[in-house]
Amino acid sequence: MSFNNLDTLYRQVIMDHYKNPRNRGAVEGDHLTVDMNNPTCGDRIQLQLQVEDGIVEDAKFDGEGCSISMSSASMMTQAIKGKSVDDALKMSHVFSEMMLGNDVENDNLDLGDIEALQGVAKFPARIKCATLAWKAMEKGVDEEEA
Amino acid sequence: MDVKAVRDAFPILHQEVNGHPLVYLDSSATSQKPASVIDKISEYYRGYNSNVHRGVHTLGTIATDEYEGAREKVRKFINAHSTQQVIFTRGTTTSINTVAASYGRANLQEGDEIVITPMEHHSNIIPWQQIAKETGASLKYIPLRPDGTISLEDAETTITEKTKIVAIMHVSNVLGTINPVKELAAIAHKNDAVMLVDGAQGAPHMKIDVQDLDCDFYAFSGHKMCGPTGIGVLYGKKELLKEMEPVEFGGEMIDFVNLYDSTWKELPWKFEGGTPIIAGAVGLGAAIDFLNEIGLDEIEEHEHKLVQYAQKQMSTIEGLTIYGPEQRAGLVTFNISDVHPHDLATVLDAEGIAVRAGHHCAQPLMRWLDVTATARASFYLYNTEEDVDRLVQGLQTTKEYFGDVF
Repeated sequence: MSFNNLDTLYRQVIMDHYKNPRNRGAVEGDHLTVDMNNPTCGDRIQLQLQVEDGIVEDAKFDGEGCSISMSSASMMTQAIKGKSVDDALKMSHVFSEMMLGNDVENDNLDLGDIEALQGVAKFPARIKCATLAWKAMEKGVDEEEA
Repeated sequence: MDVKAVRDAFPILHQEVNGHPLVYLDSSATSQKPASVIDKISEYYRGYNSNVHRGVHTLGTIATDEYEGAREKVRKFINAHSTQQVIFTRGTTTSINTVAASYGRANLQEGDEIVITPMEHHSNIIPWQQIAKETGASLKYIPLRPDGTISLEDAETTITEKTKIVAIMHVSNVLGTINPVKELAAIAHKNDAVMLVDGAQGAPHMKIDVQDLDCDFYAFSGHKMCGPTGIGVLYGKKELLKEMEPVEFGGEMIDFVNLYDSTWKELPWKFEGGTPIIAGAVGLGAAIDFLNEIGLDEIEEHEHKLVQYAQKQMSTIEGLTIYGPEQRAGLVTFNISDVHPHDLATVLDAEGIAVRAGHHCAQPLMRWLDVTATARASFYLYNTEEDVDRLVQGLQTTKEYFGDVF
C-alpha cells in the first residue's frame, strides 16, 4: 500500500475536522444525551441532541478518539443540524452503505464534507471508528421516540 | 540463538503485507505458530482424530495418549509436581474464571478481601468484581508507583488477614512490568490467603517453576506461546484443587451418575467437562517441544536484548513517550505527540508493520496513565533488530505524514 492509498483515508477535510472540530461541546437548553463507546479500541463519544417537533435543532459532541471517529462526529453533527429526524436517519443509512463500499440512492440529501470519509471503506479495521457517531445519533433518536 | 533459523520455522512471517515484508510486532496479543505446531494439529486430524478417555478402539487410544502426553509436557514446562495439577482450559480467561467461580464462591464471604492491582488485564479484574458482588467480599488494589511497578511495602499494607485471594499478573501486557510474584505469594501466605498468578505474558517468555514461585494457581494461554488458540492451562496446588467444585458439568468429568446426584472424576478431569480441546492440547504440546528445543533462557535473553535496543532506538524519536519501567519484558507501549494510536497503527500497517493500538484490555490502567489509548510493539523469539529498525523508520514516516496536521 502506498501513501496514495493512505491519502484516500486521511483527506485534508478529515484532518481539518479533526483539528478544528465543529459542534464540540454541550447543547444548552433541553436535550438528550447519548454515551457510546467502541469497546474494542477505547474510543468514546458523548452526543447531545436537541430535537423539537421532529427537527434536530442542535447537535453537539464531546469525546476521545482517533482522527476518523472524531472528524466523523464533527461532520455528522454538522450534517444533521436543522434536518428532520427522518432525514438524519436516512443519512445514517447512506453513510453505513458508503462504509460498506456500496452505492446508494441518497434522495438528494446533501452529505457535504461527509463524502470525504468514503476512503474509510478501503480500511475495514477503521469502519467502526467512522460509524461510532452515527450509531450514537441513531440510539439517541430511538430513545427520544420511545 | 540463531534467529534466522527460528524465523524459517514460521511460515507466516515470509510474506508481504501491503507491499512490504511483514514485521509482526503483536505477539503479546497472539504469537505466530511454527510449522511443527501447524503440522502436529494437521497430523491429529488426518491421522488419529478420536474422542479421548472413552471407547476401546485404536485411534481413541492414540488420541488419549497424545492428549495426556501433552499434559505431561505442560507439567514439565512449569515444573508442577503432578499432571493432576494441570487442567486444560480454553485459555487464561477461563482459568481465572474457574478459580473465581469455584474457589472464590466457596471461600469468600462478607468482610473478606480480594487483592489485585490496577495494571491487571480485564480478565484478572472482572471475574473478581463479579465474585465480590456475589459473595459480599470486597476488591482492593495495591497502588502503582509512578514508574508502573508495585512495591512489596505497599503489598504488605494492602494484603491483610482479611485477604483471602491475591491475584496478580506475572508480566504486564502494557507496561512490561515484571511483578515479584514469588515475594507476593509469600506475603499472601503469611496472611493465609491464596495467590493466583496470571501468567499469560509470563509463561511464553521465561522459565516458569510453579514450585519455586510457590503460587497456588498459575494461569496461561497456549496461543501466546506458539500454540493454537482455544487452549490454556490452569495449574493449582493439589490440596486446593481437590477441595474445589467443578464449574462445568457434563460428559467426561463424571465418576458415577445417579438420577438425582453424581460424583466427579479425580483430578484433573473433574475440571474438564465435555469433549476436551484435543487438537489444541496436542498443538500446545508441540509448541512446548519447539520452545524447549530453543530454550526459554535463550528466548528471554533474546527478547531482553531486543527490547533494550528498541528502547534506545525509539527514544531518539522526538515526541515519543514510552510507558512503564526501564526494566521491562519484551514489549514497548508508547504514544507519539498528538497522533492517535489508531492513526499511527494504520500508517504502520501501510508499511507492513503490525502493532497493537487501543486500551489493551486494561482500561483502569489507561486511566492511571491518563491516556485513552496507546500503541504497543511486542517482541518474541522471531523478531530481529531489523524489525525494530523498520518500526523506528515507520514511526518517523508517521510523524512526517501527520506532521503538518498536528
